Amino acid sequence: MSEESKIIKEFTSKEYEHGWSVNLEADEAPIGINDDIIKFISKKKEEPRWLLEWRLEAFQIFKKMEEPDWANLNYPKIDFQKIKYYSAPKQKKSPKSLNDVDPELIKTFNRLGISLNEQKKLTGVAVDAVIDSVSVATTFKDKLLELGIIFCSFSEAVKEHPKLVKKYLGTVIPRNDNYFSALNSAVFTDGSFCYIPKGIRCPMELSTYFRINAANTGQFERTLIIAEDSSYVSYLEGCTAPMRDENQLHAAVVEIFAAKNAEVKYSTVQNWYPGDENGKGGIYNFVTKRGICFGNNSKISWTQVETGSAVTWKYPSCILKGDNSVGEFYSVAVTNNYQQADTGSKMIHIGKNSKSKIISKGISAGFSQNSYRGQVKIMKRAKNSRNFSQCDSLLLGNKCGAHTFPYIDVENKSSLVEHEATTSKIGEDQIFYCLQRGIDEENAIALIVNGYAKEVLKQLPMEFSVEAQKLLSLTLEGSVG
Amino acid sequence: MLSIKKLKVSIENNLILKGLNLEIKNGEVHAIMGPNGSGKSTLASVIAGNDNYKIESGSISFFGKNINNFSPDERAMMGIFLAFQYPVEIPGVSTINFIKTALNRIREFNKKKPLDAVGFLNTMKKKMNLVKIDRDLLSRSINEGFSGGEKKRNEIFQMAMLEPKLSILDETDSGLDIDALKIVSNGVNKLRTKDNSTIVVTHYQRLLDYIIPDYVHVLIDGKIVKSGNKDLALELENKGYDWL
Repeated sequence: MSEESKIIKEFTSKEYEHGWSVNLEADEAPIGINDDIIKFISKKKEEPRWLLEWRLEAFQIFKKMEEPDWANLNYPKIDFQKIKYYSAPKQKKSPKSLNDVDPELIKTFNRLGISLNEQKKLTGVAVDAVIDSVSVATTFKDKLLELGIIFCSFSEAVKEHPKLVKKYLGTVIPRNDNYFSALNSAVFTDGSFCYIPKGIRCPMELSTYFRINAANTGQFERTLIIAEDSSYVSYLEGCTAPMRDENQLHAAVVEIFAAKNAEVKYSTVQNWYPGDENGKGGIYNFVTKRGICFGNNSKISWTQVETGSAVTWKYPSCILKGDNSVGEFYSVAVTNNYQQADTGSKMIHIGKNSKSKIISKGISAGFSQNSYRGQVKIMKRAKNSRNFSQCDSLLLGNKCGAHTFPYIDVENKSSLVEHEATTSKIGEDQIFYCLQRGIDEENAIALIVNGYAKEVLKQLPMEFSVEAQKLLSLTLEGSVG
Repeated sequence: MLSIKKLKVSIENNLILKGLNLEIKNGEVHAIMGPNGSGKSTLASVIAGNDNYKIESGSISFFGKNINNFSPDERAMMGIFLAFQYPVEIPGVSTINFIKTALNRIREFNKKKPLDAVGFLNTMKKKMNLVKIDRDLLSRSINEGFSGGEKKRNEIFQMAMLEPKLSILDETDSGLDIDALKIVSNGVNKLRTKDNSTIVVTHYQRLLDYIIPDYVHVLIDGKIVKSGNKDLALELENKGYDWL
């Protein structure tokens, strides 16, 4: 075995760090999906009638749809009747304050390095913590409310702010948008809700941590972010799950609405359990994320660091409806062992002078397959629009694959679309250069990979950027070539 | 310090070094000269531990330890430094970050505490002056878009930062104009101590006007065929290699 392949091997055989699970007593729905299960979920959440009907209609739509097979992914057909659609850690009553939250739950999040203790205000981050199907705690709620910012669990928003929810739910991603958005609309359980009023700049990072804890359970969260005129918010989402032999389904929907002059920055560090080194277990991650730059001069920026999941199917997108609106997508997707990722973005230009940028950095190791799939569509009305796409692939070893599927559709003559793509391997000469300076193999690879992904990582909020760098190194530990 | 005995080295089954002997003591500067393809760069790479080359027989000892099977990073930590003929680009990694990672690993090996940010910057400032390299360049991705001269100056800057016991300059003069050559040589000379040794691998006598060697060796077809003092370099300049 050459030095290089030895390095790759070591680098890719690092174990998953968040693979533990806790014994939380859970309140669960029976396995399977039908109208009764949906009614059960809706009742558990004490939802209004309209929402139940909305869900039931979504289920009808779902039943008529076919599971998409166009992605460059290979996995056994999902049996939707073998999934548990609702599981909530048992708590005595819904917590009024953090003091009422089950200490076991607080411990769970402490283990993840997420503090739900508001006294530890060091990070300046407000957190909504979601375990399985429910939100267990949201920090800094009151402080944010003083500015008129609503940051709470989705269930709570349904109860406290029904008008807002009703007005925006399903407007960016309709129920019939795709198979998984229909499923999510029928059975979604919790998630985060965020509303930034006109002219307000949210003073702290808002973040949601999702954790799947219970076995055989799917997680279907729903997130809705509304940024009114001239407001700003930066939002971060993190995800982990225990190691389990079976595959678990995660099908989330995230909708973002940006009004005139508003800016929303959405960052994800996805670290779902990727399965073991033989490809057993792991999360199936089928997520629909889309934002609409509704008003003129609005901006939505997606940044994602994807290191987990056995299968990833995810295309955070922007509809650039407003004139001069801006959409951005920055992505680092790492696949190792037998992971598969089909991910990218869609930029739909409708407004004049709208601009979009796609920077995608794929890193494949082991036996994994990593695909970029992206669409840039410039409508006739979107005069003088611009898109720049850059899709880079980095291969570690010679048993993995990198693929690029760009779709470009321009309907006017004044717009400009640029697409650049590169594929490279970590060079033996780069590693030797590092080694010669006394840097060991593992750190050499971490250095090279982080350098490669730097353009994306620097988009993340400071504290998460550091985390993401560590995560990249850990994910690839044991692997180069 | 360095003792090479009857070294035979091959790459892809081609024997390149065919029984080479070399002894270097503390504080000495040795120049290795020779025509193209004689094995000069191979020698530099093998001392640094590049595993593309296979040691067929013989030994390389460093401070009395046989390092034939030592990995490149172990050798680097022990104090062997190679200034590359073609420095490698690493996109997104600044020289500062790169050299800080390297320096702290070497310090750890020598049971010294890692340098904090202030200590590191102070050291850096001093060493920057030696090779007249500016801060901007060091903040950029290492070697990416650097001119030939900038790359070579960066190599010597790294050498200054890491304070190796044995430095190997592999054709450091190639591609340098006379001003850059002076800057680089001046840097190397200032780093000389009575304990540190240098191997200068070069084609041309020109560099040896600035870095004065204690010994000059002529390498032809994988063997050292003649050794002498700095006058030998001048003789080679006049007569070429054919008379040997």
